[in-house]
Amino acid sequence: MTTSFPRRFTARTQAALAVERLAAEASRRLGRGSGEMIGGKLALRVSPEMLAEVGSHRPSACVSGTNGKTTTTRLLARALGTLGPVTSNSGGANMAPGVLAALSRPPFDAAAALEVDEMWLPKVARQITPRVVLLLNISRDQLDRSNETRRIAAMWRELGGELPETTVVANVDDPLVAWAAAGWRRQVWVSAGQNWTADAMVCPQCAKLLYRNESGWWSECGLARPEPIVAVTGPRELLWYGRTIPARIDLPGRVNLGNAAMAAAAAREFGVEVEASLGAMTGLGDVQGRYQEVVLGEPGRRGRLLLAKNPAGWVEMMELLADAPPRPVVIDFNSQTADGRDPSWIWDVPLERLRGRQVLVTGERKEDMSVRLAYAEVAHSLHPSAEAAALAANEKVVDVVANYTAFRDLLVRCSR
Amino acid sequence: MRGVSATRIALIYPELLGTYGDGGNAIVLARRLRWRGLPAEVVNVPAGSPVPDGCDIYLLGGGEDAPQVLAADGIRQNRAILRAVGGGAAVLAVCAGYQVIGTSYPSGGRIHEGLGLVDIETRRSFGPPDAAPPPRAVGDIVVEPDPRLGLPTLFGYENHGGRTRRLPGAGGFPLGIVRRGVGDGSAAGGGEAGGRADDHGGAPGTDGIVDGRVIGTYLHGPVLAQNPALADLLLGFVHGSALRPLDGPPETVALREARHRALVTP
Ligand SMILES: [Zn+2]
Repeated sequence: MTTSFPRRFTARTQAALAVERLAAEASRRLGRGSGEMIGGKLALRVSPEMLAEVGSHRPSACVSGTNGKTTTTRLLARALGTLGPVTSNSGGANMAPGVLAALSRPPFDAAAALEVDEMWLPKVARQITPRVVLLLNISRDQLDRSNETRRIAAMWRELGGELPETTVVANVDDPLVAWAAAGWRRQVWVSAGQNWTADAMVCPQCAKLLYRNESGWWSECGLARPEPIVAVTGPRELLWYGRTIPARIDLPGRVNLGNAAMAAAAAREFGVEVEASLGAMTGLGDVQGRYQEVVLGEPGRRGRLLLAKNPAGWVEMMELLADAPPRPVVIDFNSQTADGRDPSWIWDVPLERLRGRQVLVTGERKEDMSVRLAYAEVAHSLHPSAEAAALAANEKVVDVVANYTAFRDLLVRCSR
Repeated sequence: MRGVSATRIALIYPELLGTYGDGGNAIVLARRLRWRGLPAEVVNVPAGSPVPDGCDIYLLGGGEDAPQVLAADGIRQNRAILRAVGGGAAVLAVCAGYQVIGTSYPSGGRIHEGLGLVDIETRRSFGPPDAAPPPRAVGDIVVEPDPRLGLPTLFGYENHGGRTRRLPGAGGFPLGIVRRGVGDGSAAGGGEAGGRADDHGGAPGTDGIVDGRVIGTYLHGPVLAQNPALADLLLGFVHGSALRPLDGPPETVALREARHRALVTP
């Protein structure tokens, strides 16, 4: 077979790229997902250094954090697309194999907008030396897997010392992120907001309690919220390098405007003007099915799909659910490995706010959610599936809040 | 006897000791009182402020390393919990909170002094110093409670690195026998094993402690949401026989059946 891989790649990497392509195609043909994972895994086995080879000679950005990675990566890819071709792991495979798969597609000099898992960020970034790293937030997710939020922040902080050429775009409203980014050579500070503060009550630097007020947070040791150069200042407004600019995107909620601000600040480092960035971002109405309206089971029954995989995500969704008109809410709740096996975090979610709405519950752990709602005195009903719940709802259109595997399965069923 | 004065439930430092939804225990206790027509007040004790005297039930939950030490220092400083227990108050301490009410616990590579409310100690391992410490105990846990408590099977979830054991001559007794999971990670009768419940050479491990009106356990979930009878045991400590029985709510019956199907039925 003929290869179209650049000659500067080693024979080993050329072979690995061929393996990746074959495996990914075979996997896609067999209908086993996007093929990113299996192809990337095999290729890394053939050539463990190939990530550096396919990734380090191109302009790239890595996006990491607990919440908002996929959305921010998608927004950034759109902004960078105003300059030329962009590659991105838009399927959400965000560990080394998924990143590798994205970097293995020609053209090999395309810019790269890469979503990277929090724990994998050092490994990936060390190899590809990105021009920009975006650090969004750190909160509890999947408690049974990685249980120390500070450990992630410390890992990120250390990474900065190894990447002297890389600019970090960091969210000043998350103390863990700000502390992690303070160790880097050059920062672009963005106020993207943080509506979940329970995981950042303790100073990551001195382990004393953090102080907070309306204008920020600070610690006895001197660590404090850096002054942002970019900030979300209103529902459709940004502070941008000293001026106030209108900012309107199609994704709902303040949280997504924060994601857009982070992405635009990163794109600026590649030479994209903010107006061009925001312009490219509008038109993106859903991200991997999130915020999308789908047919639920029967024609005429529709659901807006919302993903909430941890307490911080749920608090964000509460903001969206507060929109008028108040639709019935279907909650689809699992606790598989990818969700975190421990469902106790639902007790940290202010589900009391759902009182007065019609609430319908489904999912493998619906009984856990049901007890939570009973103690919140939220009347609700249990159903075997989201489709059955939608059929039982008082209105034709419902909001569906699902956690990770529930959302994934729902999306597969609805897009058939 | 208590008239109309509200039962005061103190939720201690939820920002530090609330990592595993343990704030839910306060919600459960307050609701179960109100559903009986009894007034209840949840006293949120924010981190950095002193623990108040005069509450009826004190709740301590789970937390990560640095927050655990910060919380323990605050709790030890004013000793309000020790005074309150002396005056008849009840305590539920879960996970990191359970470790903190003992005499000592590990965090950040050091051993820290605990509140000393119960005679237990926690270490990363009780094995020989040259042996690798046991893995973190993470997963579903099922405990058969001590028959003296008159409670049904306890369901929960555990997530902790420490192993806990009773000190010689300790007061009280273990909360129960671990049927699934790790719990204290020490065998009934004060053994030194530190593995799964089923590899103590046949002797099942125990979880937790009940000493007077103090209950400590590794079960979160939160534990009172999954085990309403344990919630009522605590409320009974405060209200005595005046506490009328409360069935359900039906949602908890369904949850316990689901947990039983998933964890106990082979
Ligand atoms: Zn500090």
